[in-house]
Amino acid sequence: MERYRASVMLCGGTGCIAGNSLKVRNALVEELKNRELENEINVVMTGCNGFCAQGPVMTVYPEDIFYEKVSVNDIPVIVEEHFIKGRPVERLMYKEPLKKSTIPLMKDIPFFSLQVLRALRNKGLVDPEKIEEYIARDGYQAAAKALTEMTSEQIINEIKKSGLRGRGGAGFPTGMKWELCHKVKGEQKYILCNGDEGDPGAFMDRSIMEADPHVVLEGMIIGAKAIGASKGYIYVRAEYPLAVHRLQLAIQQAKENGLLGENILGTGFNLDIEIYQGAGAFVCGEETALMRSLEGKRGMPIPRPPFPAQKGLWGKPSVLNNVETFANIPQIIINGAEWYKSLGTEKSTGTKVFALSGAINNIGLIEVPMGIPLRKIIYDIGGGIPKGRKFKAVQLGGPSGGCIPEHLLDTPVTYEDIVQTGAIVGSGGMVVMNDLNCMVSVAKFFLEFTTDESCGKCPPCRIGTTVMLDLLTNITEGRGKEEDMEILQDIAKDIISTSLCGLGQTAPNPVLTTIKYFRDEYESHIKDKWCKTGVCKDLCTFYIDEEKCKACGVCKRVCPQNAISGEKKVPHRIKQELCIQCRSCYEACKFDSVNIGPVALREILKEDLPAQEILRNMHAAALAGKEE
Amino acid sequence: MPRLTVDDLKRIKEEYKAAFTLREGGQRAKITVHMGTCGIAAGARKIMEAIIDEINKNNIKDVIVTTSGCAGLCSKEPMATVEIINEAPVKYVLLNEEKIRKIFKEHVIEGKAAEEYALAVGSETAY
Repeated sequence: MERYRASVMLCGGTGCIAGNSLKVRNALVEELKNRELENEINVVMTGCNGFCAQGPVMTVYPEDIFYEKVSVNDIPVIVEEHFIKGRPVERLMYKEPLKKSTIPLMKDIPFFSLQVLRALRNKGLVDPEKIEEYIARDGYQAAAKALTEMTSEQIINEIKKSGLRGRGGAGFPTGMKWELCHKVKGEQKYILCNGDEGDPGAFMDRSIMEADPHVVLEGMIIGAKAIGASKGYIYVRAEYPLAVHRLQLAIQQAKENGLLGENILGTGFNLDIEIYQGAGAFVCGEETALMRSLEGKRGMPIPRPPFPAQKGLWGKPSVLNNVETFANIPQIIINGAEWYKSLGTEKSTGTKVFALSGAINNIGLIEVPMGIPLRKIIYDIGGGIPKGRKFKAVQLGGPSGGCIPEHLLDTPVTYEDIVQTGAIVGSGGMVVMNDLNCMVSVAKFFLEFTTDESCGKCPPCRIGTTVMLDLLTNITEGRGKEEDMEILQDIAKDIISTSLCGLGQTAPNPVLTTIKYFRDEYESHIKDKWCKTGVCKDLCTFYIDEEKCKACGVCKRVCPQNAISGEKKVPHRIKQELCIQCRSCYEACKFDSVNIGPVALREILKEDLPAQEILRNMHAAALAGKEE
Repeated sequence: MPRLTVDDLKRIKEEYKAAFTLREGGQRAKITVHMGTCGIAAGARKIMEAIIDEINKNNIKDVIVTTSGCAGLCSKEPMATVEIINEAPVKYVLLNEEKIRKIFKEHVIEGKAAEEYALAVGSETAY
């Protein structure tokens, strides 16, 4: 094997590839060749590094220097300065959003240093397209141990003792699921992997499949041995082409090396794994619907019992686990249940992967111990809210989850504690919202999603979500009635209690949690016809406080409608006839002089621009009216 | 492609040890070649190539080589610092290919500093 003096780990996850990391790789390889360094410096294309918003990212070993937002133009500089002269390029290093200081080493960047990597232990460290690199990181050692030294019962016991719970969302204990299926008698059993990740803003499973496909296969081998399966399927959505490609390659390599197929590792154990590409229907993430889809039928859930452990795919005993669940299995087999339990809480053990997105500085993929407070994730790892804006809520669990407000940010992230808030841990999507988000619109967004994705089998879900969406649309467009909130809660209760599957049972959660924590926003939409964030265009009026206005002209420049008038030193005004409520001026103003008033103000301001004082009186009257 | 056995897994891991020492750390020794303009002009590239050659020839998996900028002693270039982990780093000056190969043998492999070429004990790092 060639020896290199440095390794450049360049991120080849979907995010960084979208940011042009393939071109960066080509430029780097070319430049190294030109400078005759190709035998000294190795370029490795890894899976998702996790720090997606900063992409394309690369880490240079042995120094552990982390570079972000690397472009093709930066390559000659990096090669000349860093690789030849040993002077890492400060300009491309990570800068802390608040302190503006530069942090050269990956291990010192809080986003990385506060994480604990288990399911993601190989991220950014191996080339996912080379099985040898996975093996070099103890890959397939757990499968070897499970196949040669352990009985099915011992494997199941170890997983049960570890307390591992399904990472797909419901949190059902994995060991118990395996035990149920193990006890069922059957010639043919199936081990299935759920890679049908569908929550908006969630990309945990995709990243694992892209960065470390072999860990999924190894987890499935161990699961297959535990339940006695000889055939497995990985259900991945076709929208994940890179994940499909790398899994396919991994399966092929594993087969060629005798790690899949017949007589695995010479132990006499057989397992074949195939990929099945789903068409991206959200409901197919539900286990019984997924199995129907695998059978070639329309993806719709069926009643349980019988549970899939007894009658699953093609009526045979089957176990379906999430990608992240399988990614945890090999480490538990190697290090033992006690090691796994050493992190997390009593009932929520180990670590959980989250996808951080929305109004947060460090957008990306993180793995943290269970039990960590939400605040720590958002402020310490996530780096807080950009542009000095205020935190408003964090949405957990996607369309099945809920919005958690500021005063509950110290809630520890465990299955039990998060459910108490009305949200769920879910598969790990975490969308952060700031004060520019209208919570009624957020609820409407998620309900639009579930209304579209409802399979239509159960009327409460099919019709109920549509009725709820109509009510929310009315509220955001100014037709809301006082009784709407009660009706929404009533319908929600019925949908939850009468739907067959998890989709319907959880679809109302975003509406219920926003009503619970942001009732005042619903009320001001309904009673005052006033969306205070200016998101609902039919419920707001933008106007400039002429006493605060410094006449800097920023709002004038950003206005797409040329609706703002005013000269230098003359306070600016918004022409209501032209304003399209795009909110650009409000976000651009550095002096907080753009205000958002109720829609009723619009007509008054249209007539003739009244004096600032009258305007403020109007504003005050509107406020007072609300208080009475 | 041959079918792997449990022992093969261990063999592959061992083969890749050098690559992963680089990425994960855990090295036994680190050699820093000073590659400022002065160092490069004085022939630091040759020193670097000789070290990599020695590592390959001796099949060494737990030693990493890295570069740093000018050490501020331009008249004594080429220079290199050898640091056995948990021991004081030693700076070698006025090197040539022959000297660095000897230092590699004595200090890195046999563990005894080659005092005749040493300037001082101590090091600076880029980061």
